[in-house]
Amino acid sequence: MKLDILMVGVGGQGTVLSSNIVCDVALAAGYDVKKSEIHGMAQRGGSVVTHIRIGETVDSPTIPLKSADIVVSFERMEFLRYSEYISDNTTLILNTQMILPPSVADGAAEYPQSKVDSVKSKFSKVYEIDAISKAIELGNQKIAGMVVLGILAKSVPFAKEVWEQAVKDRVPPKTIELNLKAFDTGFNY
Amino acid sequence: MKKVLSGNEAFARAAYEAGVGVVSSYPGTPSTEITENVAHYKEIYTEWATNEKVGLEVAIGASLGGKRAMSCMKHVGLNVAADPLMTLSYTGVNAGLVVIVADDPNMYSSQNEQDSRHFARFGKVPMFEPCDSQEAKQFTKDGFALSEEYCTPVLVRSTTRISHVQTIVELEDRVEAPKFAPENNIAKWVMIPANARKKHRFVENRLELLKELAEGDKYNKITMRDKKIGVVCSGVAYTYVREAMPEASTLKLDLAWPLPMKKIAEFAASVDKMYVVEELDKFYETEIKAEGIAVEPLDRDLCGELSVDAVRELFGLLPVEADVDTTLPFRPPNMCPGCSHRGIFYAISRLKLFVTGDIGCYTLGLLPPLQAINTTVCMGASIGMAHGLDKATDDMSKKSVAVIGDSTFLHTGINSLVNTVYNQGHSTVVILDNTITGMTGHQPNAGSGKDIHGNPMPKIDFAAICKAVGVKEENIRVIDPFDVANAMEVLKEETSKPEPSVIITNKPCIFADRTVIEEPYFIHEDKCSGCRVCTKLGCPAIAWNASKRIALIDENLCTGCHLCIKVCKFGAIEQRSK
Repeated sequence: MKLDILMVGVGGQGTVLSSNIVCDVALAAGYDVKKSEIHGMAQRGGSVVTHIRIGETVDSPTIPLKSADIVVSFERMEFLRYSEYISDNTTLILNTQMILPPSVADGAAEYPQSKVDSVKSKFSKVYEIDAISKAIELGNQKIAGMVVLGILAKSVPFAKEVWEQAVKDRVPPKTIELNLKAFDTGFNY
Repeated sequence: MKKVLSGNEAFARAAYEAGVGVVSSYPGTPSTEITENVAHYKEIYTEWATNEKVGLEVAIGASLGGKRAMSCMKHVGLNVAADPLMTLSYTGVNAGLVVIVADDPNMYSSQNEQDSRHFARFGKVPMFEPCDSQEAKQFTKDGFALSEEYCTPVLVRSTTRISHVQTIVELEDRVEAPKFAPENNIAKWVMIPANARKKHRFVENRLELLKELAEGDKYNKITMRDKKIGVVCSGVAYTYVREAMPEASTLKLDLAWPLPMKKIAEFAASVDKMYVVEELDKFYETEIKAEGIAVEPLDRDLCGELSVDAVRELFGLLPVEADVDTTLPFRPPNMCPGCSHRGIFYAISRLKLFVTGDIGCYTLGLLPPLQAINTTVCMGASIGMAHGLDKATDDMSKKSVAVIGDSTFLHTGINSLVNTVYNQGHSTVVILDNTITGMTGHQPNAGSGKDIHGNPMPKIDFAAICKAVGVKEENIRVIDPFDVANAMEVLKEETSKPEPSVIITNKPCIFADRTVIEEPYFIHEDKCSGCRVCTKLGCPAIAWNASKRIALIDENLCTGCHLCIKVCKFGAIEQRSK
């Protein structure tokens, strides 16, 4: 098995927690796993990208071009920045939340909605979800990432119990129930 | 037990498992999390030092005192710590001492792309180069034993793709480190010329012994596969080579220095063509060629980092054509909403002052719309450069300021201020005291009033330091950086004086003190004239509605810092009531 997952988003969206859970699941399922992320200068409001690679053995910690199996975009346009990783057989999991880049916010540029639509069509499969609304329905905007993770879990061959255990191990004890509910919402979406 | 750990977590775990007693470091991306993670092990005394030189000197003292010691830094940090390192190579160690240095190929968060392997050759000390977290832990642990066996400091080189990559690690228990009594040995530890001459001979002999280690079975493994191509490589580049060319034979260099030249010659003889694949400088290649061993040429870029695709391209293996859309609206890093630097930078930008800048979050003052940074060289450079600018010109001291953060001032700024006073400069220094080392992720420093664990500590009084070094009391001004009008007035007054001045801002980073966060502001649509003054603050919470031609505030981002109401002339901005 080989599974290359690219997670992209905007700083502060909780991509780090989600990607840590994916690594825990891969390890528990008996696979090799490597995860590479860039953090530092562009944390808050900057574009963030995490490479996760799962397999019998993994060499490079970063995904080669045109070979991502799944792209998880926590923001509506962010996957556009990484379109060089899309192959003919890549799945897109898209949270439709919009976070305006500064040039769009101050009116100098337009949000690239038409590009979102055209690049989206290059994926072999697309799951779209307004995870923020789902999270607000469940009672807390902060668990939107867990809804997205639930969709990812449905798309990869690891047992649901392994995911649930990894979520329990990673989130604050008081929030376990809420996080599992959010995960389920995504899983059953 | 197996766990997925980042390289930095693995380096920290190594210190724990190796029975390390003392760790002293200065934060710097991508090395910061090593020391942060060490601090979680209560068995190890851990501290943030004021700079890397101090951190390494503390580690030397701890080794002298009989405890295994470690100091961690980014690549440019080792420049600061180079002075003690070069002579530590001569003295050697008592208990084991390891220095971890993290390079940043591609400069994700650095001012240059220097290759730290040169320091190993320069200092004539061994250097390990791990390729993943498991090796990060193993080589660091080995480093302590090797340090004691060969009486040498040991360098471990990381890169961003080691430090910030998570891989599976087998955890082991902590062992008690060998016992060393505190050492008192004049011939070893007092490097006067008479002693140092003997020690230089010792260093050269030690390097020969280390070469034997490098040639042995334990490190630097040759793996023969297809004999047509052999690749000498190390670190993360090894993983790229394995994936790009699984059939190629490899000589994986675990020790970046000294090099196993006999093994390399043997490897070269056993393959048709031998290549070297390394990131940044042609360090191995130059050394191997100097030995008279043939290396096949590769058209490799000396800038930036490698990848599987980059290695494939080097060897002409079907480079993947992939389009990158460069026309998308960027998400540049920005000062946070509520950042205490924004107001003073707005004032500086209004006065069109020339700014010698420094290293920290405030370097982001460079970006539009503030555009109030004109130079960034290295930690502490702002003050010395402002003084040079003053001495070289007739009136630049009246049109310029040096800008430096609290942590950077304590790192290497303070000595430059002494120099300015001593040499009768006229420059004005702005110390942006936000009580924390912000850019690297909010580590406490000597100005924070707390230690690495958050325990209360003495707080450095910046105004008192400035007074003590000879800045006149009336030229030391402590101001609220959000009060733009006053800040502009004080900047005008102090830059006009033919004397050294220091302006100290007194509001914390919103991550250092969450109690400063207040109810958000909002904009009355009917009162907003669309003058766009508030959007010129560059606050991420303030946006422009182009269709309505008014500004608006994202209340989820706003921290209620009051800055925007100070610049709005129409009373259009109001705070939400609780």
